[in-house]
Amino acid sequence: MSLNLNTLSKLFDRGDQPGSRTLPFVVVLLVVMVFASISNLTFPTDSMFYVTTYTITLLGKYLCFAILALSVDVIWGYCGILSLGHGAFFALGGYAMGMYLMRQIGDRGVYGNADLPDFMVFLNWDQLPWFWQGMDQFWIAMIMVALVPGLLAFVFGWLAFRSRVTGVYLSIITQALTYALLLSFFRNEMGFGGNNGLTDFKDILGFNLQEDSTRIALFVITSLTLIFVLLLSRAILNSRFGKVIVAVRDSEDRARFIGYRTERYKVWLFVYSAIIAGVAGALYVPQVGIINPGEFSPISSIEIVIWVAIGGRGTLIGAILGALLVNYAKTRFTAVLPEVWLFALGALFVLVTLYLPKGLMGFVEQMKARKLQSKQRNMQELPS
Amino acid sequence: MSILTDTLENTQDAMRRDQVWSFLQAKETPIDVSKQILLYIEGLSVSFDGFKALNDLNLYIKEGELRCLIGANGAGKTTLMDVITGKTKCDEGAVYFGQSLNLLEKDEAEIAQLGIGRKFQKPTVFEAHTVMDNLELSLKTNKGVIATLFASLSTIEIERMDEILETIGLKENRMMLAGSLSHGQKQWLEIGMLLAAEPRLLLIDEPVAGMTAQETERTAELLTSLAGDHTVVVVEHDMEFVRSIARTVTVLHQGSVLAEGSMDEVQNNADVRQVYLGEEEA
Repeated sequence: MSLNLNTLSKLFDRGDQPGSRTLPFVVVLLVVMVFASISNLTFPTDSMFYVTTYTITLLGKYLCFAILALSVDVIWGYCGILSLGHGAFFALGGYAMGMYLMRQIGDRGVYGNADLPDFMVFLNWDQLPWFWQGMDQFWIAMIMVALVPGLLAFVFGWLAFRSRVTGVYLSIITQALTYALLLSFFRNEMGFGGNNGLTDFKDILGFNLQEDSTRIALFVITSLTLIFVLLLSRAILNSRFGKVIVAVRDSEDRARFIGYRTERYKVWLFVYSAIIAGVAGALYVPQVGIINPGEFSPISSIEIVIWVAIGGRGTLIGAILGALLVNYAKTRFTAVLPEVWLFALGALFVLVTLYLPKGLMGFVEQMKARKLQSKQRNMQELPS
Repeated sequence: MSILTDTLENTQDAMRRDQVWSFLQAKETPIDVSKQILLYIEGLSVSFDGFKALNDLNLYIKEGELRCLIGANGAGKTTLMDVITGKTKCDEGAVYFGQSLNLLEKDEAEIAQLGIGRKFQKPTVFEAHTVMDNLELSLKTNKGVIATLFASLSTIEIERMDEILETIGLKENRMMLAGSLSHGQKQWLEIGMLLAAEPRLLLIDEPVAGMTAQETERTAELLTSLAGDHTVVVVEHDMEFVRSIARTVTVLHQGSVLAEGSMDEVQNNADVRQVYLGEEEA
């Protein structure tokens, strides 16, 4: 009987669960990655196959947003935690990377001070603040990229989830969190460059950031990171842990009464999500060349939620596609009609919420589910 | 001489190869039922904004019995379950599971892990999960975060789930999403989830609400068969149903126990006739 059951469950294995269609997506992403990189490096600039470095960097930026969207989808789509402050974790990861890149400038800054970044010289500081110590080491910076967002998420999540703050109240607190960080990072005394942020980066690990090859390497690393995060999230959500997460989303009380400490599950998922967001930020900064407090603005956090809603929450691929589509549209729109963009985005959000409550992927999912159901009926008719 | 043999025996005992040392064994929380009583509720009072939902309530549930709680709306039945399962904090009183475990100190998850399962009034299942996943989540396993992350189903567990599916009659629907089940089937699935957790004590709130006559009959059979191995407490409005399963009935009124006994005794009790059945006749 158990054998029978195993084969049966394998047949239906997650047809409609997280990560179906992952493989085709990964293949497409890899093909695009290889094609874009090769065309940029090998074809002459006037060839029709040539992909400009600008495009490569743009793609890399989109992929960073895709990772960020994935991190929001993991908690919102699967656990029902609507974070309106995920930009904060993204920005913290970005700042950690930015600090490393600042230290890499060395004495090539405007003031030529080998120890202090320009803005500190400008502020008449005579030594590095304690939290800048060690940030010239790549590995320390990389640890910080994960540690700072993770720690903040842990403390925040522990306090919020333990007190059973849920729903719209939680969303408002996350919004307040990112706003508080926005205000503090604007201050010069914080030691993160005030409203100018960190910029004018020269190189990373000794490679010039302006070089095509460095840009391509960053793009490739971003693509691979996206794939890795996608597969990891899929594995996590398909495990029993993931099932508990979805159970918490649908009926937290029930989950508690069968013996799960739901707040712990939520905290750890939140930490995971924050770390991914931080990594996305760290990949974003060397590609766009700047990080400033604007990334903490509540609006940009809300924008992430819109990407996920449009792509389809609760489907990992949906979040990624949503981020890619909306950001592509943004690039196009803001070039032609910059003042219309925000209205267009708002309208898109309203329309999707009204007519495609589960986003683009939800629509596809529905079609698939219908097919699956008829298949399931056929399966049950088979003698077991 | 005897000291020597004692020491030898002790050493031999400590070195036995077929046993691990006691401090290496997983700590099983002992539920002491040497007095044949599984659940002690004494002097329990709960008030919400001055309204006394429970008022100095005393109730003892014997190991293995099937107890029905009846009472008008607002008599405190659901509040009582909330206190037992850790959802509501009480103002006064004591709730002990066995002789030594104080339930008032524990949270919902801990109480559930001790072996107290609860079925809600409204069927609550995980709608986005399949029937199988619902059962898998309810299995009596380690419910810590790390353990869950790397958990996989063992053959024994799959067989156990099969058994439960058979009992609750959802064998055909195992791969269906719980959200697409009928109301009665959801009620059954929830009972199945309770069974999967292998609880000592089952608290069942209105199990037959919204069930057809046939389903009600099957539920009655199931609950009666569960008593003995498990201790079952049922809250129900359907008197017909209570009559069909009850051995001991407790009548609650305004947050305390009004009468206790067999169905006939309770029905002939003057107080009960006055406040409960009397109102119905009028």
